[in-house]
Amino acid sequence: MAEQEQKRKNIAGEGQGSETTSAATTAGNSEKLKNDMDALLDEIDTVLEENADEFVRSYVQKGGE
Amino acid sequence: MAIPKVLGIETEYGVAGGPQNDPIAASGLLVSSYAHVGGRFINWDFRDEAPGSDLRGTTLLTSIAPLVETHLANAVLANGSRFYVDHAHPEYSSPEVRTPRQAVLYDLAGEEILRRAMLGANRETYSGDAVVVYKNNSDGKGNSYGCHENYLVRRDIEFTDIVKCLVPHFVTRQVMVGSGKVGWETDSASSRRPVFQVSQRAEFFEEVVGLETTLKRPIINTRDEPHGDHERFRRLHVIVGDANSSQVATFLKLGTTGLLLALLEDVGIATLPPLPVDPVRAIHTFAMDTSLTSVEEFTDGKMYSALDIQEWLWRSVNSYLSTHSGDAVAPRSEIDEIMSYWRSVLDGLRSDVSSMSSLVEWVAKKNLISSYAQRHALAWDDVRLKAIDLQFHDLRPEKNLAARMGFTEMFNQGEIERAVNEPPEQTRAYFRGRCVSQYGDSVVSANWDSLVFGLKNGELHRVPMMDPMRGTAELTRELLDRCNSAEELITALGM
Repeated sequence: MAEQEQKRKNIAGEGQGSETTSAATTAGNSEKLKNDMDALLDEIDTVLEENADEFVRSYVQKGGE
Repeated sequence: MAIPKVLGIETEYGVAGGPQNDPIAASGLLVSSYAHVGGRFINWDFRDEAPGSDLRGTTLLTSIAPLVETHLANAVLANGSRFYVDHAHPEYSSPEVRTPRQAVLYDLAGEEILRRAMLGANRETYSGDAVVVYKNNSDGKGNSYGCHENYLVRRDIEFTDIVKCLVPHFVTRQVMVGSGKVGWETDSASSRRPVFQVSQRAEFFEEVVGLETTLKRPIINTRDEPHGDHERFRRLHVIVGDANSSQVATFLKLGTTGLLLALLEDVGIATLPPLPVDPVRAIHTFAMDTSLTSVEEFTDGKMYSALDIQEWLWRSVNSYLSTHSGDAVAPRSEIDEIMSYWRSVLDGLRSDVSSMSSLVEWVAKKNLISSYAQRHALAWDDVRLKAIDLQFHDLRPEKNLAARMGFTEMFNQGEIERAVNEPPEQTRAYFRGRCVSQYGDSVVSANWDSLVFGLKNGELHRVPMMDPMRGTAELTRELLDRCNSAEELITALGM
């Protein structure tokens, strides 16, 4: 198991040095999301299906594919 | 050498409401109401379909081919897609596209088409509940429906190599592209009883390789319908994925898988990770551990987490791209974008899972549901949390929760609008879409690899399209601009 821990560390370590340019705007977004979470929860309270029990019970699908 | 990874996504949407709450009637209403405004009812030509054909070369007699339900509504749309009733679901099969970015765009066009179909259907519904469409993959009661990806692959690639290439990826990619689910619904989860899963679909998989799509679902599906030249092409039909609301998730799902197939065709599997000893157990283990720390034994005798395997795959593809352009998948700028998102998501998931909520759908859903549970002091089995899970995927803008999550967007509304009405330019879908737009009254039947025209003189002409890379804008735009009728087109084609 110790060898595995080491291996994982190495793999992760190699990843750190690589390019993370164009897609690395995510930290800002998630920070914003955290700040917005309260507002979002307020909004969800207003849009959530009124009878959750009935809604969940009646959502029955036929298998597909 | 790798061939172009022509791509497509087929999405079966969940459906509720409609006349007598009958899902087949509701699905038919969706397709017919949309066909009046944006498409054509065109007979689907089943000559090409053989869902019982197996990529491994034999046809298993025990396999169950979908019923051919020719009486159900079927529309071929101006964007080259097919919108129809598949069993008891409305299904949007995107046009063939040339790159993962375009796959995202035409998947978004599909969502928009379903939203318009819903508006249309509900104008025509005179009784019963409104028709509502959900972009998810299960009802939480053991019934699953699919979001299938398709990839063009060289026929001469050994099928066993496709299995070795993709099983490690399909078992682990869910940590990046799963859409998340409250609770569990199959026997495979009954020992762990997870409160939240990374993937909607993973727990439904029971085999490693097989032909079925509805029973004993396999991680690698062997359906062999190339919808093109059988000598040159396979169409790899991937059934293991979730439908995504995060655009980047769709992009990564198609991008990473397409790159691995290009790598396989160009350099083979030598640099890829080993398989899990028990792939079915592994896909379940990784789905049911949101801490992403669980490990499974692989055939090299070592234990790896899903992230370890994804790191390995990223490094293999990155190394492949140092010697190959990747243009079988996309232009270099798009390849760089795929690799960069892939890198960011793996680093983010390893350092702080919850930070990935603008890209990774299951993380966003889990953050939302945990915050809601915390605010209202709810236990994980409270039915309100399952209601949020389902409503997350409700396509009505006033109800949809996914759209409120702040997911990174790759396309604006104008681009999506255009993709609703116009076909992609770099595949045969261009020819199909333009013919439906221009000569719709003369197109008597269609399928993926041909169109049949009925001329005013009573003649029928089949135009074959056996190569998905022909019929492009480059090859046919001038011809289609010039021909004002199907008669002129057939004459110009020398038929």
